[in-house]
Amino acid sequence: MKMRSSAILSELVDRWLTKVATLIAVYVTFRGHNAPGGGFAGGLLLGAAFVLQFLAGDEPSIRRRPIRNPEMLLGVGLLAAFGTTLAPLIAGGSPLESYIWKLDVPVIGEVKFVSSTLFDLGVFAVVVAVVLMILRALGTEGAGVSAHRGRAASRDQGGAPR
Amino acid sequence: MTSLVVLPVLIPLCAAAVMLILRSPMWQRVLSFVALLSSLAVAIAVLVEVWTDDEILVTRLGGWPGSFAISMVADRLAAVLVVVALGVTSTVLIFAIGQRSRDEQSPFYHPVYMVMTAGIVQAFLAGDLFNLFVAFEILLMASYVLLTLEGTREQIRSGTTYVVLNVIESLVLVVAVGLIFGATGTVNFAELPARLAELPDGVRNGLQLLLLVAFGIKAAVFPLFFWLPDSYPTAPSSASAVFAGLLTKVGVYCLIRVQTLLFPGEMRGLVLVVGALTMLVGVIGAISQQDMKRILSFHIVSQIGYMVFGLGIGGTAAIAATIFYLIHHIPVKTSLFLVEGIIERDSGSSSLASVSGLARRSPMLAMLFLVPALSLAGLPPLSGFLAKFAIVRAGLDDGHYVVVTVALVVSLLTLVSMVKIWVGAFWGEPSNDRDISQANILLASPSMSVATGMMVALSIAIAIGAGPLYEFAGDAARQVLDVGGYVVGVRGS
Amino acid sequence: MSVWEFAVIAVLFGVGAYMVTERSLTRIALGVGVLGNGVNVVIITAGSNTGEAPILGRTGDLTDPLPQALVLTAIVIGFALLTFLMTLAWRNWTLTHDDEVEDDVEDRMIASRAERMDKSGDQPHHEDVVP
Repeated sequence: MKMRSSAILSELVDRWLTKVATLIAVYVTFRGHNAPGGGFAGGLLLGAAFVLQFLAGDEPSIRRRPIRNPEMLLGVGLLAAFGTTLAPLIAGGSPLESYIWKLDVPVIGEVKFVSSTLFDLGVFAVVVAVVLMILRALGTEGAGVSAHRGRAASRDQGGAPR
Repeated sequence: MTSLVVLPVLIPLCAAAVMLILRSPMWQRVLSFVALLSSLAVAIAVLVEVWTDDEILVTRLGGWPGSFAISMVADRLAAVLVVVALGVTSTVLIFAIGQRSRDEQSPFYHPVYMVMTAGIVQAFLAGDLFNLFVAFEILLMASYVLLTLEGTREQIRSGTTYVVLNVIESLVLVVAVGLIFGATGTVNFAELPARLAELPDGVRNGLQLLLLVAFGIKAAVFPLFFWLPDSYPTAPSSASAVFAGLLTKVGVYCLIRVQTLLFPGEMRGLVLVVGALTMLVGVIGAISQQDMKRILSFHIVSQIGYMVFGLGIGGTAAIAATIFYLIHHIPVKTSLFLVEGIIERDSGSSSLASVSGLARRSPMLAMLFLVPALSLAGLPPLSGFLAKFAIVRAGLDDGHYVVVTVALVVSLLTLVSMVKIWVGAFWGEPSNDRDISQANILLASPSMSVATGMMVALSIAIAIGAGPLYEFAGDAARQVLDVGGYVVGVRGS
Repeated sequence: MSVWEFAVIAVLFGVGAYMVTERSLTRIALGVGVLGNGVNVVIITAGSNTGEAPILGRTGDLTDPLPQALVLTAIVIGFALLTFLMTLAWRNWTLTHDDEVEDDVEDRMIASRAERMDKSGDQPHHEDVVP
């Protein structure tokens, strides 16, 4: 990994902005049931943080991300979304119907959990995964050129559009 | 029971998601089969249900009532097309796995294939215009990826045209959807007929034209077909077989809905002329080609013309003939592309100049080509003859003598260009550089041959079972034309 | 619907249509993006009244949320398409070092035949047409 002159910038972005953005993203995702927000907006916020980090010149950091395997994340997200579509069928409802559970948690108090939250989390994961895949496919120099052209390129293209 | 309708879409999508997690090729293949076959089983159950009881199955997403919900609707036409589509995609999957092509090895081939299948099925089952648009986007997006999966220069070149053209199509469609919503306040198929009928003539015609153009690009009708013969031939054979068999037919299906449900019987003259020109231009294009895939691609255009012609005639008999044509044409076209795929795998080329003597090397392969080819040209007693006969008879009954003449001439020209492939690729001496005894083309990849055989068998079965099937097409046509029945069935009042 | 909305739509469509007819794939992709935004403005202006944001708890004259949902879906799809077009352009660039959209096979065949006819001055033979 080569150090660049923009190290301070990337350090700042990495240390502060990413964390703040993650917090906001999670907040936006969970408030999205009745208020503006939701999984898509939250995912885009976190994705934007990744893009910013990437633009700060810390190119290899994309590879260092905790989520090394965006395909996996994409699959899990899609499965969560489709699973919440399918699950009510098993319970005898209509597809995508949502259920509300109210729990009494000792310290926090009453917690309302809506099953469509799982759908939102799925969307969140999908959006983040797609942003990561786009960064990997289009943002890194030399991916897909020359040697590992066939396989890598087809992977990149397969991944980009979803 | 009604929730069944959503399963043929959901199962492939869930399978695609799981495949992204389990990325071993073996698991992906197994999962693809399980997903497609179980969807097929559900689709057949839906078809049986819809066929026996004269009712329309509706699933309302989210359990919302009436026309508020996004609904998935299976009437006879939609149900039978879903079954055919899933049958074709399963068969082509066998072919693709047997082909061991480079794109099938990609970890994204199977998930994307599943997504495309889900998109096709969703397009048939969509109960509102916007859902239809989304279904189109899903299947198109997947088809873009499949078309360019190998990333060769030729694929990128033709893929670019294909993608840009289809993006424009989507924009036209979404403008149409937006304006229809603006004019009527709904996008639901069950609410639209009554509200559209209240609009002034000019607005109605404009909206209909927009929809016709959008779906016309997709179905590759006359002035809007030019993207097809350029892009399909560069796709891998397995992908182009599905594209050729199914994707354009989704466009035709939507045209049927526009002409029967949304704007019943309007602009028939235009549709009729477009149908005639599509037939003629497609076949003339085919005759001038020297490459098998390109010949077959031009024939897609020409065959679409027949269906549009049937649609332009209108009336129960003609719509029934169009539906029968649609059902017959999907397996025929798919099997022709599959045969071409076998030939291309063997000789490395689809150019007629470099392939010859296949009939001597493999009489079976020659038969596999001959049956769908003659069916395409409309020779008795194959399914193509029955389909063309039904459409021509409906045309004569309605007095469209000029277009009927065009249809017959085009049929003859189709035969001419099929004979051209036959003479070029199957007759003559085998190329010298191959050892005839060793090169048994069909045994080289049994699963490819089996898949092709299944498709051809299906088209023969359609010819044998033409009586009941035609009756079914008649029932489906009556249901399609009964707008009031559709509205009541979907609203579930 | 005011004149200004018309003007915005007209400008977006005009710019988009112009860019889509360009030869460079990057410009086509950008043109598609601009056209897509034009389409979204069409849906919003054609489909909705102006009023309060349709959020739970607000009262008064709310806008119809459906066109906004439609536009949101269209934006997501447009985003995916734009990315794919960009990927195609990038791939094209790695292969050929330009991002020009090439002619299709038919065009090139006709062009090469015309060239040959100019040179030899007689009718081409059937076999000449093979690409």
